[in-house]
Amino acid sequence: MTVVVGYVPTPEGEAALTQAITEARKNNSTLVLINSSKGESTVDNRFAPEGEIQDIEQRLASQGIQYLIKRPVRGHDAAAEVLDAAEEHKADLIVIGLRRRTPVGKLIMGSTSQRILLEADCPVLAVKAG
Amino acid sequence: MDVWSSLMDGFATALTPMNFLYAVIGVILGTAVGVLPGLGPAMTVALLLPVTYALEPTSAFIMFAGIYYGGMYGGSTTSILLNTPGESSSVVTAIEGNKMAKAGRAAQALATAAIGSFVAGTIGTALLAVCAPIVVKFAVSLGAPSYFAIMVLALLAVTAVLGSSRLRGFASLGLGLAIGLVGMDSVTGQRRLTFGQPLLADGLDIVVVAVAIFAVGEALWVAAHLRRTPLHAIPVGQPWMGKSDWKRSWKPWLRGTAFGFPFGALPAGGAEIPTFLSYVTEKRLSKNPEEFGNGAIEGVAGPEAANNAAAAGTLTPMLALGLPTNATAAVMLAAFTSYGIQPGPQLFTSEGPLVWALIASLFIGNLLLLIINLPLAPMWAKLLQLPRPYLYAGILFFATLGAYSVNLQAFDLVILLVLGALGFMMRRFGLPVLPLILGVILGPRIEGQLRKTLQLSAGDPAGLFGEPIAVGIYVIIALILLWPFAYKLFRRNRPVAAPAGKAESGGAAALARDADDTVHSNHSAVYSDHKEQP
Repeated sequence: MTVVVGYVPTPEGEAALTQAITEARKNNSTLVLINSSKGESTVDNRFAPEGEIQDIEQRLASQGIQYLIKRPVRGHDAAAEVLDAAEEHKADLIVIGLRRRTPVGKLIMGSTSQRILLEADCPVLAVKAG
Repeated sequence: MDVWSSLMDGFATALTPMNFLYAVIGVILGTAVGVLPGLGPAMTVALLLPVTYALEPTSAFIMFAGIYYGGMYGGSTTSILLNTPGESSSVVTAIEGNKMAKAGRAAQALATAAIGSFVAGTIGTALLAVCAPIVVKFAVSLGAPSYFAIMVLALLAVTAVLGSSRLRGFASLGLGLAIGLVGMDSVTGQRRLTFGQPLLADGLDIVVVAVAIFAVGEALWVAAHLRRTPLHAIPVGQPWMGKSDWKRSWKPWLRGTAFGFPFGALPAGGAEIPTFLSYVTEKRLSKNPEEFGNGAIEGVAGPEAANNAAAAGTLTPMLALGLPTNATAAVMLAAFTSYGIQPGPQLFTSEGPLVWALIASLFIGNLLLLIINLPLAPMWAKLLQLPRPYLYAGILFFATLGAYSVNLQAFDLVILLVLGALGFMMRRFGLPVLPLILGVILGPRIEGQLRKTLQLSAGDPAGLFGEPIAVGIYVIIALILLWPFAYKLFRRNRPVAAPAGKAESGGAAALARDADDTVHSNHSAVYSDHKEQP
């Protein structure tokens, strides 16, 4: 059993991670954490810094969960990376965080969660921040 | 008080609403390109040159001056918040500045950099206003042989003293001089390096060369290294300084200024050496030297003041002698020529109002930078989130448009691409760009002085040594060129002896090397994509 979680260092990402941990413990499954960046800007706040990743590793290890952390930087958007990982690891569940988007914002920027919801081959669990 | 009244006239010109607007645009643009790693004021001025042909020269130069100073300010922001200095002159700032930011004192580091830059910039500009006319008075008495010698000195010094490798420096200088040679010989009308191509007979347009090397070369280089692991900017609020910070900063500001201006004003100039000297001095004079290496505010205040004072200093030989020693000044000199203004000692008399308006606008730009940058620092940091593909697509668009609009020749676009590829190769093989640009811009002027000298002496090379100043300068040139060999010989003969002074100069060289490396590693950072943990 494998749970894939799309993580970003925001309240939504945090909520998704917490939920994913719960799911992983329930079924004793492997947790695959994806935190990606397109790597096209000098600074990307959605790419978690090294220290934060180490904190997460500790947190996962202390809960006795099997985990795999992936931080791809290869020009693909976050949705593609999560879907890729889900396919590669034959995920049984994808966990993502949702945030409120205005229709205009969605029109211009597109929606990562919408793409994952529509294109995933397995159940998707979408959670909101606190 | 001739200087004073001329300067006041300058202020009157620079403060007209339109010119003031251009100053504001200039400083904002300058700070923006200074913040973004890889872009710089030289590239920006080159890109804007064709656009500004429609403007009054005065307005255009006021904007360029704003960009020049703004770029200096912007560089410190990236150094402090990201530890990736945008320009080699802010490498030293990053040492202590980034440590301060990591310790949660980013606001103080940014504040001391901004206020120090303002203090140094203002003092430096005042010194420029006082010194330049004196240099001019001295310069008008110089003949062609002395001029030739001074220009050769400037070229060799910039090539040999700065940067990591002399060989690469001279290779780059050679390329620049060769590009400068293309076209009709001014005396005999012979065609040189035109390859039978009539469109090359007028020579290569300096705007096309500068845009190709700076903008196209950089864009290709970035495109080749497009995806890099993103960095983390240290979050920052409103910059401010406490009482103790002021107390610890004001002396380094003044000392930094004292280092920066003379070094900038020398024809060998550059801002790297004074920033390093200032850092070392502050470290030695500091009451708490143990803080150095862990974020000492003096280590930010001194070097930042030094590089801004050097920026002002660099304008002294540029305006008074027509002798640029950094890339931005070189492109500005090219701008003078493209407006039909002859740079050189006669500039102050022939274009007095323009020059004084330019100097006045430096004071205004400095103040604007302080007012704009202190509250806006967090916004500048946001600029770093701009995706590179969009940024460089825009730059390439402007570069192409600019290069085409100079002569409305499609042939210029071919030259743009060829030289852009050259710019890319230079970055790939670590050749510095500055000697090339100086070679292209100063080459034809040096040749002019050489030809004049030889015509006066009826072809006798002894004419080159006809003036005592020229002879003196040749001695200095010989010293600069022979120094490394003499030094090696000295070391070989006495391998054990390591004089105290050696550590210092060795340190400076190492730092210059570091400077180059940092700027490069900034580009060539490998994209480490996965971090997998079973």
